[in-house]
Amino acid sequence: MRIYVTSVLVDDQAKALAFYTETLGFVKKNDVPLGEASWLTVVSPDDRDGTELLLEPDGHPAAKPFKAALVADGIPFTSFAVDDVDAEYERLRARGVRFTQPPTDMGPARTAVFDDTCGNLIQVVHVAAP
Amino acid sequence: MAGVGDVFKALADPTRRTILDELADRDDQTLFEICSRLLTKHRLDSTRQAISQHLDVLEAARLIEVRREGRYKFHSINRAPLEHIADRWLERS
Repeated sequence: MRIYVTSVLVDDQAKALAFYTETLGFVKKNDVPLGEASWLTVVSPDDRDGTELLLEPDGHPAAKPFKAALVADGIPFTSFAVDDVDAEYERLRARGVRFTQPPTDMGPARTAVFDDTCGNLIQVVHVAAP
Repeated sequence: MAGVGDVFKALADPTRRTILDELADRDDQTLFEICSRLLTKHRLDSTRQAISQHLDVLEAARLIEVRREGRYKFHSINRAPLEHIADRWLERS
């Protein structure tokens, strides 16, 4: 058994695809129509055969209050690894991305948290080599 | 207006003092950031609910200010009650 996909719950798949590709820099991998929505995944350009991120519709009635509660407490929905948190912070801020936490040392990790415009906060993290 | 007794009660707890230490580092922190700082920098693994209750006590004593901005909620230190304490006993005429 292996993990091939993980998901974020997004309020609009087209908007999410634009943000996750054009702003963040991921690339589209799968886009399979399934009823009203699509099986829509992106991957890192550095790891095209790696774990896919499913941009999953948040249509279930429990999803929106859950997401809103996480955002109110500043809790990221998921986390992406980067080589340089400060460089990503500057790059994404220049593209208009709103951060709720600027780069901060958290023990062995340096992290920052931004808004994905689709109803989620996302953490970027770099863990220093031990 | 919180009384000076509320300020001392709020400051009597070591976790609440540590929260103020971390908020003194930077304004506008989310609950998640405060919990992350306590856990990774101070090994304080209190539950999120417990930290939230500590923040309520600090807010009631006016030692922190909570600011809502859209869907976000940010916490900042408010030094005014501490300055009143300093004025009361440290200022010499």
